[in-house]
Amino acid sequence: MTGSATRLTRLLALVPYLLRRPGVSIAEAAKDFAITDEQLVRDLELLFMCGLPGGMPDDLIDAHWEDDQIYLANADTIARPLRLGVDEALALMVGLRMLVGLQGLADRDAINRTIAKLESAAGEAAEAAKNVEVEISSRGRGEVLATCTQALTQGNRLHLRYYVPTRDEITERDVDPMRIVLDGVPYLEGWCHRAEDVRLFRLDRIQEATVLDEPAKVPDEVQPRNLDEGLFQPSVDDALVTLELDPAAYWVVEYYQCETVEELPNSDRLRVGLRTPDTRWVARLVLRLGGAARIVAPVELADRVRDQARAALAHYSA
Amino acid sequence: MSARRTERLLNLVICLLASRRYLSKEQIRISVEQYASCQTEDAFERMFERDKDELREMGIPLETGSNSAWFTDEVGYRIDRDRYALPEVSFDPEEMAILGLAARVWQTASLAEAGSGALLKLKASGVDTDESSLVGIEPRIRTTEPAFLPLLHAKQVRRPVTFPYRKPGEREPMLRHIEPWGLRQRRGHWYLVGHDRDREAVRVFRLGRISGPVRADGPDGSVVIPPDVDVDSLVDRYTPSAPQGVARVLVRPDGGQGLRRRALSVTAAEDDWDEVMVMYWDEESFAEELAQYGPDVVAVDPPEVRDTLISRLRLLAEVSS
Repeated sequence: MTGSATRLTRLLALVPYLLRRPGVSIAEAAKDFAITDEQLVRDLELLFMCGLPGGMPDDLIDAHWEDDQIYLANADTIARPLRLGVDEALALMVGLRMLVGLQGLADRDAINRTIAKLESAAGEAAEAAKNVEVEISSRGRGEVLATCTQALTQGNRLHLRYYVPTRDEITERDVDPMRIVLDGVPYLEGWCHRAEDVRLFRLDRIQEATVLDEPAKVPDEVQPRNLDEGLFQPSVDDALVTLELDPAAYWVVEYYQCETVEELPNSDRLRVGLRTPDTRWVARLVLRLGGAARIVAPVELADRVRDQARAALAHYSA
Repeated sequence: MSARRTERLLNLVICLLASRRYLSKEQIRISVEQYASCQTEDAFERMFERDKDELREMGIPLETGSNSAWFTDEVGYRIDRDRYALPEVSFDPEEMAILGLAARVWQTASLAEAGSGALLKLKASGVDTDESSLVGIEPRIRTTEPAFLPLLHAKQVRRPVTFPYRKPGEREPMLRHIEPWGLRQRRGHWYLVGHDRDREAVRVFRLGRISGPVRADGPDGSVVIPPDVDVDSLVDRYTPSAPQGVARVLVRPDGGQGLRRRALSVTAAEDDWDEVMVMYWDEESFAEELAQYGPDVVAVDPPEVRDTLISRLRLLAEVSS
């Protein structure tokens, strides 16, 4: 959309919004429309210039905003918001349907009610959302999600029994919940007293969650992580592992963030660089790949994987 | 300039909404001040054409028609109020909070914008949001795959597409010809379900494996999506969900936590092993899973799993560094 169309779309929503809320403050309206106070005032100034053909004062939209209170009148023709567009209906419907799939997050009846109302309000545009689905796998762990949500809303500390696959360990830890992030699968972000740092816990790896009586106390200076670039951001302090992949192991490039990927000449192999805070995880990955991946560096890690495979084979020769 | 254009467009919308009758171009030119000040007929025509397109693109139902059943060549314009306006709908604060949550999920700029635009319209027609009950909950939908938006659009306008697709284990992509039916995200990855024109069958594609641009492969509207198509179950078939059997494995008492977590039973066995019964889906991927535990796990039954695991371990043991 052009700049004018974007602004017109906003104005056509602003008018009914203001008509429904006589006396609303500039700051509140600006916040609801995610614009600055100055932009909002410029919008009001523009509305003031528009109206029915004729251009007589009675024909124009009447907008005034004294004492930080906005009043609008004489805008009957555009008193109703414009219908939802195809993309708008899709964005909301797909989002809502994803929420339905989440046991323990919000009242499911309320979500279904919302969907039904939106569907009838959107009319034909709701069709667009058909066959577009986002599945959030909570793998039958609705009760864990419910417990985490409860702790979060009450502001209480949680005790977790948590499985760490990189070390193949079940750990016990107290966590002050900060937020629940659903990104393909659900995660709990919180201040972990064991790590003394912010950690993301995958809900399907939480063996057991208990709400404790103690209130959660997230240290003041602690910020939620910025997850815009993805949940796992490799750090430059992490060890760099170089792997060579056969075609059967190409999927590694899709699943894990690789720092470098190069095609090796005269072969069908890829050479990739991965950063990891825990090389044991890479050892497990290479064992899983069963020969379709080879560790180029560090050499000690390659040796460790080979020794583990030999030790495992020894069980079968007996 | 842009503010003047917005003003002109808004006046045009109001003018066309206000009239029950179709307005001729001449009437519109007189009514909307900025058109009246056009120097030439030509300049007005061009401006009006652009404005009409713009309004339609925004989803405003600008209609053409005639007021007279006899003189149908007298074309006029209007905006039907009923088709323009969002139907009366009222959401309570809890429902608005849920809508607010749904509107914030998209991490894709264009859909995030669409979501917040929709929310504003709903807010404009009703109550304010009470979001306190949902604080701290952040569902996200990522569409990092570049093919997502082109495919979504193609599905909406029912347009067949073609794209290069690299199957797992193959280095060279192949050009596929698909009628898109639906999109589904599973565990953070988007899949396309559609009719494969070359194979004359339904196929599922992972968007991350589309290795080049998505191009039109036929006119809009030419794809017929079967009314009963069930995108969920088609993606399910592609990512199988029924277990194949139960395996018996030996696990060191302090190891194999990942297996123990989904074990059917764990019992103590001889020589410092636990016997773990666990469901598996297919031999190959189960052997992969077992291999990661190295010497902490021994596959006992079924023999297919045991043999697959042994041959995988052999490959690993032979690697020279």
